[in-house]
Amino acid sequence: MKHLAEYRDADTAGRLAADIRLLVTRPWAIMEVCGGQTHSIIRNGIDQLLPAEVEMIHGPGCPVCVTPLEVIDRALEIAGRPDVLFCSFGDMLRVPGSRGDLFRVKAAGGDVRVVYSPLDAVRLAREHRDREVVFLAIGFETTAPASALAVKLARAEGLRNFSMLVSHVLVPPAIAAIMRSPGTRVDAFLAAGHVCSVMGTRQYAPLAARLRVPIVVTGFEPLDLLVGIRAAVAQLEAGRHELENAFPRAVTERGNEPAQAVIAEVFAPVDRAWRGIGTIPGSGWRLSDAYREFDAEARFGVADIATAESALCRSGEVLKGAIKPRQCPAFGRECTPRTPLGATMVSSEGACAAHYHYGRIHG
Amino acid sequence: MADPDFTGLSCPAPLRDHPQVVLGHGGGGALTHELVTHVFRRAFSDPLLDSLGDAAVLDVAAQLPPGGQLAVSTDSHVVRPLFFPGGSIGDLAVNGTVNDLAMSGARPLVLTAGFILEEGLPVGDLVRVAEAMAAAARAAGVRIVAGDTKVVERGRGDGVYVTTAGIGVVPPGVAIDPAGIRPGDVVLASGTLGDHGMAIMSVREGLAFESTIISDSVPLHGLVAAMLAACPTIRMLRDPTRGGAAAALNEIATLAGVGIEIDERSIPVRPPVAAACEILGLDPLLVANEGKLLAIVPAEGAAAVLAAMRRLAQGRDAVAIGRVVAAHPRLVVMRTAIGATRVVPMPIGEQLPRIC
Repeated sequence: MKHLAEYRDADTAGRLAADIRLLVTRPWAIMEVCGGQTHSIIRNGIDQLLPAEVEMIHGPGCPVCVTPLEVIDRALEIAGRPDVLFCSFGDMLRVPGSRGDLFRVKAAGGDVRVVYSPLDAVRLAREHRDREVVFLAIGFETTAPASALAVKLARAEGLRNFSMLVSHVLVPPAIAAIMRSPGTRVDAFLAAGHVCSVMGTRQYAPLAARLRVPIVVTGFEPLDLLVGIRAAVAQLEAGRHELENAFPRAVTERGNEPAQAVIAEVFAPVDRAWRGIGTIPGSGWRLSDAYREFDAEARFGVADIATAESALCRSGEVLKGAIKPRQCPAFGRECTPRTPLGATMVSSEGACAAHYHYGRIHG
Repeated sequence: MADPDFTGLSCPAPLRDHPQVVLGHGGGGALTHELVTHVFRRAFSDPLLDSLGDAAVLDVAAQLPPGGQLAVSTDSHVVRPLFFPGGSIGDLAVNGTVNDLAMSGARPLVLTAGFILEEGLPVGDLVRVAEAMAAAARAAGVRIVAGDTKVVERGRGDGVYVTTAGIGVVPPGVAIDPAGIRPGDVVLASGTLGDHGMAIMSVREGLAFESTIISDSVPLHGLVAAMLAACPTIRMLRDPTRGGAAAALNEIATLAGVGIEIDERSIPVRPPVAAACEILGLDPLLVANEGKLLAIVPAEGAAAVLAAMRRLAQGRDAVAIGRVVAAHPRLVVMRTAIGATRVVPMPIGEQLPRIC
């Protein structure tokens, strides 16, 4: 807890905010990629400490938010089967598919369980050999190593009743897609510290050079975020566009190489649809050919389930930074955390939910 | 021929040897009677219970001073696991209803207890639950005077559900009324927040932390009596159980049509609870408590109430965490540790652990 208090110190936060005010001479839009960063910014009110020139745009980094509707629908279909024990991270349970959410499947008799790690799902498969145990594997590079390990473990133990519905996504292709999308307003990125602690920073230096955009690897505590924002503003004001590591206590250039190795063995790159954004080439992982037998989509024949999004929901534009949550006509009316139309309103990390919960007094 | 003599006849099947609850324990016959006698009456040992009438008859007049009022409340308890660090469903069942009564300023007199047992529940577990209830009732100075037992089939319950109802006496002159809440009133917390919910979650999910998190289940009516003695015009009391402090404060703000402003740095949270919440992505303000209260008190009485609270074990860590404001009616707003502000929303349903 000592470490938490250190990185939440009000005086230091005030000094960092003053630094940023001194540095800034004109408007800049900075996108924090990770949903955990969005959550921390809103929860701690970091945006209120920033000068008016610095605008934070909440990026597509909430894995719950960007999981496409059809994956949710496939999950609902599988979880509703009587022979299935369906495992998911907690905040996926409330994400609406086109016919309800996992909570409703559970209420209707489906065996849906919250797990904290994919390895818990493997344990359930070991304990329930007569049931099909399915894990909904979502998340960025941060959660992928644990998913990969779970599949390896299932194979090593010969657990033929274990499978995975995989919807893992990757940060660098998303950054590239956002920079290339017409009308993008992003001047700099805060890259996700947790992702980089796994993958290292090597992928990001060429990306910053090619896209001519500053990328600052940033942590999640209030002071981490302010340090990251200060570094991004300093680069922008100086006309630089480089990779910078503002989270060196957790992130190295090479990252966690054993984790990268297990990912490379179990997963292979695939074009992935992002909810509200569309398909981004090479932006996801699927099970590699060597591990295809653990693919739940094939095992349960749900690969052809395809679904359209709500016509009212503009979460795609929110995710790209084109509009603020409040600029969506459905925000706070048809779409609230109790009746979410798009995933950005579902997760506590979603940009719309964060604005709805924490931003109401600031208009 | 003489009439046959049945007086010496007894069934050779031993009734008491069931190590587990069977459906027959809820049948109203001999098995039920044995369970009541050997588990509940033995644990609760109250003459009113021993009378085994269909209702307990109370001499209220002796308990009720002129101008006093009766308070009635009920609370159902479902918790998994039944036993956890710092307590059990038995403690919760007694303290839950005692505290609901206490929040109206009442001194609890008697409780009733209804049990729904799941076939297969070890009778030993039921004995432990009943003994925990008896101990909690003794500690709270309340009698358990009536009860009921039903049994459901295996797989249709969670071991045991306990519903308690209670009657208490509100002393004359006590009128806790949210209509009196005014801007400037002070928000007090009787101690650290989030202990009970995180104790349950760490056991339920098999999460091991460096130090065990202990539930805070305790009766609060003694604390409330001391607070009322220090300041009879306390506006409102709430025990922040399900939904935590966030739900309780939002209820108060909505009920009274006022804004509430709290200060994140003044909110007491034990380090292991804060650490567990960080790991799971939970907010301690949304986590349940079973032995804490929040109070809205007039500014001029706040110091006296705090001093009175801190003299008792249940209020040793009491602090002021915020105040009532005229701005942003019906919203609870928190000044964050780094000096910004955010809304503390009413929780929707279950708090879900965040993915990363």
